[in-house]
Amino acid sequence: MDNKNHLLEYTLRLADTSLILGQRLGEWCGHGPILEEDIALTNISLDCIGQARGFYSYAAKLDGGAKTEDDYAFLRDERDFKNLLIVEQPNGDFGQTIMRQFFVSTFQYFFFDALKKSKDKTIAALAEKSWKEVAYHLRHSSAWVIRLGDGTEESKYRMENAVNELWMFTGEMFDMDETDAFLLNESIGADLKKIKPLWENKVKEVFNEAILQIPENVFMMSGSREGKHTENLGYILAEMQSLHRAHPGAEW
Amino acid sequence: MTTVQSHISHLSSQISLIPDPEIPVITIADLGILREVKEDGDKIIVTITQTYSGCPAMKAIENEIAEVLKNNGVENFEIKYTFSPAWTTDWLSDAAKEKLRVYGIAPPEKTSSDKSVLLVHQKTKLCPRCKSSNTEMISTFGSTACKALYRCKNCGEPFDYFKCH
Repeated sequence: MDNKNHLLEYTLRLADTSLILGQRLGEWCGHGPILEEDIALTNISLDCIGQARGFYSYAAKLDGGAKTEDDYAFLRDERDFKNLLIVEQPNGDFGQTIMRQFFVSTFQYFFFDALKKSKDKTIAALAEKSWKEVAYHLRHSSAWVIRLGDGTEESKYRMENAVNELWMFTGEMFDMDETDAFLLNESIGADLKKIKPLWENKVKEVFNEAILQIPENVFMMSGSREGKHTENLGYILAEMQSLHRAHPGAEW
Repeated sequence: MTTVQSHISHLSSQISLIPDPEIPVITIADLGILREVKEDGDKIIVTITQTYSGCPAMKAIENEIAEVLKNNGVENFEIKYTFSPAWTTDWLSDAAKEKLRVYGIAPPEKTSSDKSVLLVHQKTKLCPRCKSSNTEMISTFGSTACKALYRCKNCGEPFDYFKCH
């Protein structure tokens, strides 16, 4: 892969992670446990989809200008999507959705912060904008992890379950493949090895307050960078893409 | 040249008067959404920026700008997005903040560089109606991406807070 293709690949990964998380959160619309959380989860969803649009538009430009953001979102299959595995995991109960959000927002907080210094001006600008929004997502999800973890017996049990369900998907966030290494070397990408301890410290800090344990010796799933997903992504795409596939070229 | 200049400044001032679709008491210029109106050859280029990445009002704003341009006889135009510098509530003038307050929305605090955004405990927000500091947050997210929901424990009224961003 040359420089341009690595950058396109990297941009699509960023876009896919934001889009799939946004799509998952959107499933809560009208189903939130309380009205305020219905609004919160769909607001975060909107931020994610907005971030994805920015990255897809940039990808389209890098890709030669023939494609649009919709082509990437609606006309690609599972293997083409490079979103992190954790974002495609089912919403589960509210606790599981919040735990997923906390893990991802913590990651994105430090990841976008690093990308703000990217030598690629567009990546840096999109990262700066996204980072500001993610800071708010992180605050919101941290507060809920603490409230529910250090809550009732039932809420604690559910948060422990959420940690057990999701922990195995947190490892691959910090994997560095050829594209990550190439772009780090070009001062375009972020050093995920440096982000890992920052993520771990933040998780530890919040878990201490939430009285939750960090699991040990867990097998870590990976594969998203090669387009290898859990079975969940296919179902998400089936729902997300059905309208566009039934009515090719449909626009808002 | 003078006529061209005044044409552009006329268009620019017309566009800057467009009210925000969600908060019509302030304009897209007050909010800092409108970044630039310029001429490139015989084309008018209007540059805007989103408040939040997913703000659903952007399409409506684009349509409003297109309408103003067409009403002024401009057919050859382009509406562009910019992401940098990232939108911040620091761009709201004191006058715009006062308009928000009178409208019933508590304006954002002074600066977005305040790291308290990461802490659970936040500063007190003043009620836009009775100015009491005896207020509480009801919801961190409100009716639009840029607002949170509060309640005044003094006058009993709920109110929107325009989040510092």
